[in-house]
Amino acid sequence: MSAIYLDHAATSPTREEVVEAMVPYFTTQYGNPSSIHQFGRNTRQALDEARRVIASSINANFKEIIFTSGGTESDNMAIIGTALALQEKGKHIITSKVEHHAVLHAVQYLEENGFEVSYLSADEEGRIDPQQVEDAIRDDTILVTIMYGNNEVGTLQPIEEIGKITSEKKVLFHTDAVQAYGSVSIDVKHLGIDLLSVSAHKINGPKGNGFLYVREGLWLEPRAFGGEQERKRRAGTENVPGIMGMKKAVELIQEEKIGRHEQLLNMKKRMLEIFDGEGIEYILNGSINLSLPHVLNVSFPGTNVEAMLVNLDLAGIAASSGSACTAGSIEPSHVLAAMFDDHERMTSAIRFSFGHGNTMEEIEQAAKETVRIVNRLTSM
Amino acid sequence: MIYFDNSATTKPYPEALKTYMTVSESYFANPSSIHRLGGEVEKLISTARNQIAGLLRVNPGEVVFTSGGTEANNLAIKGIAIEHQTRGKHLISTEIEHASCYESFRQLEHLGFDITFLPVDRNGHVSIQDLRNAIRHDSILVSVMHVNNEIGTIQPVEEIGQFLKKHPKIFFHVDHVQGIGKVPLQYVQSGVDLCSFSSHKFHGPKGVGILYIRNGVTLSPLLHGGSQEFKHRAGTENIPGIIAMAKALRLTMEKSKKEMDGLLRLNRLLRSKLVEIEGVVLNTPEKQSAPHIINFSVPGIKPEVLIHSLEERDVFVSTKSACSSKSTEVSRVLEATGYELKRASSAIRISLSFDNTMNEGERFIAILEDILNNLTKVMRY
Repeated sequence: MSAIYLDHAATSPTREEVVEAMVPYFTTQYGNPSSIHQFGRNTRQALDEARRVIASSINANFKEIIFTSGGTESDNMAIIGTALALQEKGKHIITSKVEHHAVLHAVQYLEENGFEVSYLSADEEGRIDPQQVEDAIRDDTILVTIMYGNNEVGTLQPIEEIGKITSEKKVLFHTDAVQAYGSVSIDVKHLGIDLLSVSAHKINGPKGNGFLYVREGLWLEPRAFGGEQERKRRAGTENVPGIMGMKKAVELIQEEKIGRHEQLLNMKKRMLEIFDGEGIEYILNGSINLSLPHVLNVSFPGTNVEAMLVNLDLAGIAASSGSACTAGSIEPSHVLAAMFDDHERMTSAIRFSFGHGNTMEEIEQAAKETVRIVNRLTSM
Repeated sequence: MIYFDNSATTKPYPEALKTYMTVSESYFANPSSIHRLGGEVEKLISTARNQIAGLLRVNPGEVVFTSGGTEANNLAIKGIAIEHQTRGKHLISTEIEHASCYESFRQLEHLGFDITFLPVDRNGHVSIQDLRNAIRHDSILVSVMHVNNEIGTIQPVEEIGQFLKKHPKIFFHVDHVQGIGKVPLQYVQSGVDLCSFSSHKFHGPKGVGILYIRNGVTLSPLLHGGSQEFKHRAGTENIPGIIAMAKALRLTMEKSKKEMDGLLRLNRLLRSKLVEIEGVVLNTPEKQSAPHIINFSVPGIKPEVLIHSLEERDVFVSTKSACSSKSTEVSRVLEATGYELKRASSAIRISLSFDNTMNEGERFIAILEDILNNLTKVMRY
């Protein structure tokens, strides 16, 4: 029995084309891009080309892309870098209770260092009301950081509305798009986004890579000091093969954009259809429409998450409870806790996340297996 | 082709690349996931961690994976400074550190820390006496690189470590990025609390590194988020990178045992031939220097010109550190050794790997002589 991998929101398989695109940068083009000889110049040119491709995928300029070691570093750099650069202007930051830990722990670090943070609450579907953002903005607010799409429940935030508000109020707007990039089209200029974080391994790219979009003209206090790479914003020899792999992953997304969204959404709908058809009890966490197509979070009343995951795993289905970064410890999810106050619903929530390589047959098989497990566990 | 720029970056071992590809394709799950696939990857990382700990002779719990040498150095220096600033705000380092350490200290200076940069002698060595004089009641960190990346000087890390044992409250960080595999260092016996490594300098993939953090040492993290790497470094682990790095480190340590004689022979060949060439002066000292780095100057000849002439003949060397090679200023390291401007501004660095051959050494010398003959005719100023 081969495993059915429904945990693409935790990480995704690196596509073969991506690995192939990386190989030459290990074997023949291995120079340090800062070296002035031909080896260095060739890799420098490759990096510039990757920067251009990646920038155009979000309608940004190539100077606005900083390569990082992943989503966590992008989020930390955006938030802590902005806060430290603008602390003379004010020390107030707005975020939400449903952010990823890479954002939450970064703002907590700032809180410990004299910044003030407002945590906006979400509604039952996990959505932030843009009016709340507007109301929370004060004279000393320097940054709003609200994620694009939630990693645990998939809910999309009203990014365009928030972007309008922050543009009007002249407050910087960062969005953690780690889960959304690749599943939805993003145009940073149209949406009024100043900073945007992306991770390569969530889009079938290599682990250890990501990027941060920083609107031209903004200065961030760097976190890594040393060489003058990344226009003095992020020191360290560039991970050239990784960046070239990420470029390939981005190109594949661009090529396959049409159809991908629908395909993923159909998988989600099909799974729910089977749950409905088999008549098991479930509650959808999040929203069916205003949601990332690849994330499905459901609670199965009468079960608990540990038993569900163990049984799914035995049946060859890889799913998860919440975000993988917190999954090691099965504490109740902070995202679900922000959405509703129902202990049973919280402790019986499973996240299925779909992606490259999944087939409709797999989804159907996994849904039926889930139904069997739920029936078994609830009849005990 | 002769690639003598291994201190800038190295060509990954084919075995490390193969590991990278296999892991990318077959073990892609997130090690923090609790399903079987995540568990398999978790096991893989822990095997790599044990293997690396074994090679470095430290405990697995002391090995923290980072995105490279720069991050490891930044994490060590700023992590200690920020975490322990209530005890004191005085930090000690040297004038010839790599930019990733030097600039970290500069940033801390802006944040109100007081830094002493120890001077070096003409050979690039710091003295224990200077260190002794620099220590104050509020000193909390000494950070010294093991092997200098530009001139190859080996610092007396063991001695410094022994001396610092009298000051148990001062943390000791060593930037071992250039030394690993080339110059042995006993971290534990030398009283090293923190030690940095970069995978792409020992034929592993770029974008991965290690910070050794001795058991019991606490430091403020640079990256906040998940609780990976014993809470020292948040972020999904670069699994293929880590596993391939473990492989590259093992191969490097093996070569270090078996092929050191060959490297030393090549070093001696190059040194002896270089001093015979008219106009060439060696900047790397003969004693207390690493076997893989030879820095020399041809006063009067611009290093960029020489590098490009060598490049036309398919020979690759560098001026100074790749990380600062874009800026045209004189090398900070050579300035610190007190060489006159003409010499300090005309330096060329050869950096070798175990894979370079005697034949490449001979050919290099012949090509260099030829180029210098032509250049000195037309370009001497």
